[in-house]
Amino acid sequence: MSFYRDVTRKPWNTVGLPEGIDPRPAFNMPNEKVALIIFATCASVLFSLLVVSYFIRMTVGDWVPLATPTMLWVNTGVLVLSSLCFHFAVLQSRKTGSVRFGSGAGLLSLAGGLLAIGFIVGQYSVSAQLLAAGHGLRVNAANAFFYLLTGIHVLHLLGGLWVWGKAQLRLALGSDAKDARLSLELCAWYWHFLLVIWAGLFYLLIST
Amino acid sequence: MAIAVVIVLLVVGSVVFHFVSPWWFTEIASHWTSVDFTINLTFWVTGFVFVAVNLFLAYSVFRYRQRKGEASKAVYEPENARLETGLTVLTTLGVAAMLAPGLFVWAQFVSVPEEATEFEAFGSQWQWAFRYPGDDGQLGTADIEHITETNPWGINPDDPNGQDDRVVKKPYMMLPIDQPVKALLRSRDVLHNYTVPQFRIKMDMVPGMVSYLWLTPTRTGVFDILCEQYCGLGHHIMRARVEVAPADQYAAWLQAQPTFAETQEQPDADIAAGQQSFMVCASCHGQQGEGNPQVNAPKLAGLQPWYIDRQLRYYQQGIRGAAEGDQLGAMMAPMANTVASPEARANVSAYIATLPQSPAATTITEGDPARGMRIYSANCASCHGDDGKGSWATDAPALAGMDDWYLATQLQKYRDGVRGAHRDDDYGYQMTSMVKAMRTQEQQNDVLSYINTLR
Amino acid sequence: MAYVPLADQDDAHALHDPQSFVTKYIWSQDHKVIAIQYGGVAIFVGLIALGLSILMRLQLGFPDTVSWINPAFYYQAVTMHGMIMVIYLLTALFLGGFGNYLIPLMCGTRDMVFPFLNMLSFWFYLVSVIILLASFFVPGGPTGAGWTLYAPQSISHGTPGSEGGILLMLISLAVFIIAFTMGGLNYVTTILQARTRGLTLMRLPLSIWGIFTATVLGLFAFPALLVSAIMMGFDLVLGTSFFMPAMMELGAQNDHEGGSPILFQHLFWFFGHPEVYIVALPAFGLVSDVISTHARKNIFGYRMMVWAIIAIGGLSFMVWAHHMYVSGMNPYFGFFFATTTLVIAIPTALKVYNWVLTLWQGNIRLNTPMLFAIGFIFTFVHGGLTGLFLGNVVIDVPLADTYFVVAHFHMVMGVSPVLVLFAALYHWYPKVTGRMFNETIGKVHFWCTFLGTYAIYLPMHYLGFLGVPRRYYEMGNTDFIPETAQVLNANITLAAIFVATAQILFFINIFWSLKHGEKAGGNPWGATTLEWQTPDTPPKHGNWGDELPAVYRWAYDYSVPGMDKDFVPQNEPGEEYEKNAHHKGA
Repeated sequence: MSFYRDVTRKPWNTVGLPEGIDPRPAFNMPNEKVALIIFATCASVLFSLLVVSYFIRMTVGDWVPLATPTMLWVNTGVLVLSSLCFHFAVLQSRKTGSVRFGSGAGLLSLAGGLLAIGFIVGQYSVSAQLLAAGHGLRVNAANAFFYLLTGIHVLHLLGGLWVWGKAQLRLALGSDAKDARLSLELCAWYWHFLLVIWAGLFYLLIST
Repeated sequence: MAIAVVIVLLVVGSVVFHFVSPWWFTEIASHWTSVDFTINLTFWVTGFVFVAVNLFLAYSVFRYRQRKGEASKAVYEPENARLETGLTVLTTLGVAAMLAPGLFVWAQFVSVPEEATEFEAFGSQWQWAFRYPGDDGQLGTADIEHITETNPWGINPDDPNGQDDRVVKKPYMMLPIDQPVKALLRSRDVLHNYTVPQFRIKMDMVPGMVSYLWLTPTRTGVFDILCEQYCGLGHHIMRARVEVAPADQYAAWLQAQPTFAETQEQPDADIAAGQQSFMVCASCHGQQGEGNPQVNAPKLAGLQPWYIDRQLRYYQQGIRGAAEGDQLGAMMAPMANTVASPEARANVSAYIATLPQSPAATTITEGDPARGMRIYSANCASCHGDDGKGSWATDAPALAGMDDWYLATQLQKYRDGVRGAHRDDDYGYQMTSMVKAMRTQEQQNDVLSYINTLR
Repeated sequence: MAYVPLADQDDAHALHDPQSFVTKYIWSQDHKVIAIQYGGVAIFVGLIALGLSILMRLQLGFPDTVSWINPAFYYQAVTMHGMIMVIYLLTALFLGGFGNYLIPLMCGTRDMVFPFLNMLSFWFYLVSVIILLASFFVPGGPTGAGWTLYAPQSISHGTPGSEGGILLMLISLAVFIIAFTMGGLNYVTTILQARTRGLTLMRLPLSIWGIFTATVLGLFAFPALLVSAIMMGFDLVLGTSFFMPAMMELGAQNDHEGGSPILFQHLFWFFGHPEVYIVALPAFGLVSDVISTHARKNIFGYRMMVWAIIAIGGLSFMVWAHHMYVSGMNPYFGFFFATTTLVIAIPTALKVYNWVLTLWQGNIRLNTPMLFAIGFIFTFVHGGLTGLFLGNVVIDVPLADTYFVVAHFHMVMGVSPVLVLFAALYHWYPKVTGRMFNETIGKVHFWCTFLGTYAIYLPMHYLGFLGVPRRYYEMGNTDFIPETAQVLNANITLAAIFVATAQILFFINIFWSLKHGEKAGGNPWGATTLEWQTPDTPPKHGNWGDELPAVYRWAYDYSVPGMDKDFVPQNEPGEEYEKNAHHKGA
């Protein structure tokens, strides 16, 4: 779609169905995917504002950077694996044209979700360790930001897991393949998005 | 049809209202006439657009309305590029004509002249304090962490630059005429704002940082300083005054203000001497300062020394007790003169602080403490504290355990303007306003019966 | 392939109609029912906010009449009035109400693309409203922090409702934002993806353009509010120092350190300014359609109108700090933000010119919706022009935080959108209910509302020039405010009470006409857009009977030369042509 070309047309000069009979969606993809992309854009705005706030708050004198726990590297690895699983699940489902519980794409997506749960558990234990080591929320704004950023990221992931859980349930009950494939593609897309967000946040946390 | 006529009338009416309105900017008292110029310019540009667009609107409605029995048809005209471009260009020109002088004046606002002298305004909930550099021309550093009862400005006690700073702990400040001054603005708690309508400028005061503005006062007089950034319950009662005076008068006033070092070197009060002076007081207020309702003498034990000290000074100076209708207050004035010197006041206040205190007897029995609690905690507690013990930080005296009948008479005096209305009663006007939280006798009894439970 | 209206065949279509009362009207996924639910709740909270404003005005105009308006209550009323009006009434009613009702109908679809999400959106909105109202009943009452909720004052002891009230406010806002996001994804996706055949972007009515752009703004701006609400909630509950600096509370230093109050303001206004346009753009769109329909003339300069909406939407993210000229932020920002703010006036002014030029050479039908629309043009011109004062940084300095600001934003963001709301409610009432409202009561309602609000806000500007500060429980003694200011205040209060009372007429009208109004028929106004071409009025579930409409022309074919009727519906086929000779515009 050429947005510029569209909005510079003089619509009163045309009568009829110039673009043919069929309805013309603006984007040639399922509605769910369009909505997901818009949602991801909103979420990106949210995370960018948090990052901007982080930088502004950093300039205040009392900022004491938090030493990033090494376990975050492990968690990051788990999230990458999770994303990869979804990626290959999608490739697999495209190849075979179907998704079935307990085989191929179904198995890969199950693994992807479980790895994501592993990531969340990992993030939780990092927080627990930090708290035990006396790096509480109130000690410094850097700590507070650490919990805030990781927490909001995990919340987004939980939202994804809810959709994933529903899809897995439907697969287990053996519902129709088209829905399942769409869910899988959406999950994969969303997982990659959250991985990119996490990569950005992780870089921010280790570099400052 | 009617709508076209009404729009014309509204346009004419608005213009007439504008020109006859007695409500307009106060006479300017600073050099910021350029601000007024920009406003007037904007008025002419926007006024023209307002009149032109609305008259055209009215005419269009009048001319092209449907009329009964007349068949008419609208003209089909999707767009008119030339007209639209022309209007865009015209609007852009108008906007530029307003923006350019605005930015030009703003450039002056952000660049403070070299020769400007500094002063500091310090806002807190809901009071003002001021500070001027001493002979070294430099303000000492200050921070929240240094704030104590005796150092309410938070001046760094270890900073040599701060020792000779002239400090003012009352809602009054002075500025010399025709001398550029730069205001450094700080806040002790929430956001506040330093506004003097006649100066035309204002700036927020933000905790944790120093903001600024500058001006050259051009007219002598006393002007109100208002807080214009919402700062909580007492926002509307956060007032001070600024006097613009000739240079010599200003210098004399400044010399009369204590330096920071002087305020920190107050000798300890002589409690024995205070006890001596208290003999006079005891005849009415009782040996233990427990008060005596028979002679309308309130309990004193339990009141903070700075509060006693201030009230004694008010009585001496005719700020309290001198108003018409304040017979009981008038009785106190000569008594206060027995401790006329600042030292004597400090001594007797310090002595009263040592008296053992037991809560006063309850005399107000009607009133619902639960309802009173709602009014008290919403309106009174911000200054007097949830526990009713008062605070030096808000200059609020203790209420808990004090005589309820006395609180009742004082509330009534605030309500009647008998107390707190004097210009030099620094914080009395705050109670004159806050007493409106208890407009009815019933509400007042509720609150007092709640205060009676806080002991 | 002509579209056949299916007026008499409505039972034939094979949609799954909900049968029981509960699925039809309570847990409904039908966009029209959701729209009415949204609208009903929004108007209900709006009435509460209206009541609060009258109490505030009584305190200012006639102090001592109501004994229980104490300072704390006054500030709580100010806060809740502002918050409810901006977020829970205007945002919800324009997007949740009109957006929901009109998008599927104007785009020729059967429903939103995600009906279940749409239903959830409403229920989340309802929950946010309930949480908000619950704050009236917690100890300490609702927050009295001002609708801007500036830190650190909003969560410190000296502000009313700083314990329970503010927490509920933040939770309610977070829930509202979730509700808005669910609804917003729906609106945007539906408009982008589900338009019926032939309905190109430039054939969309301006209502849709306004709602679409506003929703996009909302989706990008509300995250800023969410972030600031979460961070403030952390400061309040967990004791962090995002916004809370070290400060004194009642003589004791608090436990916070280093928080930045200015950061909160940046985040808040990064949401807050687009929010102005989230309310204004749908109003611009709706009023364009009302004006065009009742002037029997195409909207003048349609393309310019679309571009202006997009330009305003884009620019609205670049002007936020004009709310912060005197906040203590780096004053050099003033140059940039004053410039962008005055630039945004240009597309806005063009919209006004085009509305007036639409009336010019029209064939104006002066009925109730049109009167409200004309009233809107007048108040919007007034409010827009005073915005040029406040946007220009040096003029803002004397006027900031005075009644001038209050008068300005009520004119531009209160009165103007509300006049459009009434125009739109009257305009689409026949479609929603199938009956006409009472024209006489409608006109009386217009005159009371229009003249009354102008009597409130015109004088209020002058209190601002005088220097009367906003958010003052009472003015108290000053040397510069004359006694006569109180006369002005009292008159403003009388006008406000008059306007508030006059709204009873509106409710009488819509409820009475529900039963007793004349049957409206499908297209009483002779309008071109699709929602007026439904086979049934009010439209049934699924909107279009068996077959979706096709769109053959743009939304504004009014008084086309050479046609018998003075309007051609969008779904009326015509001889196909491009750049037909008698049809050329400019």
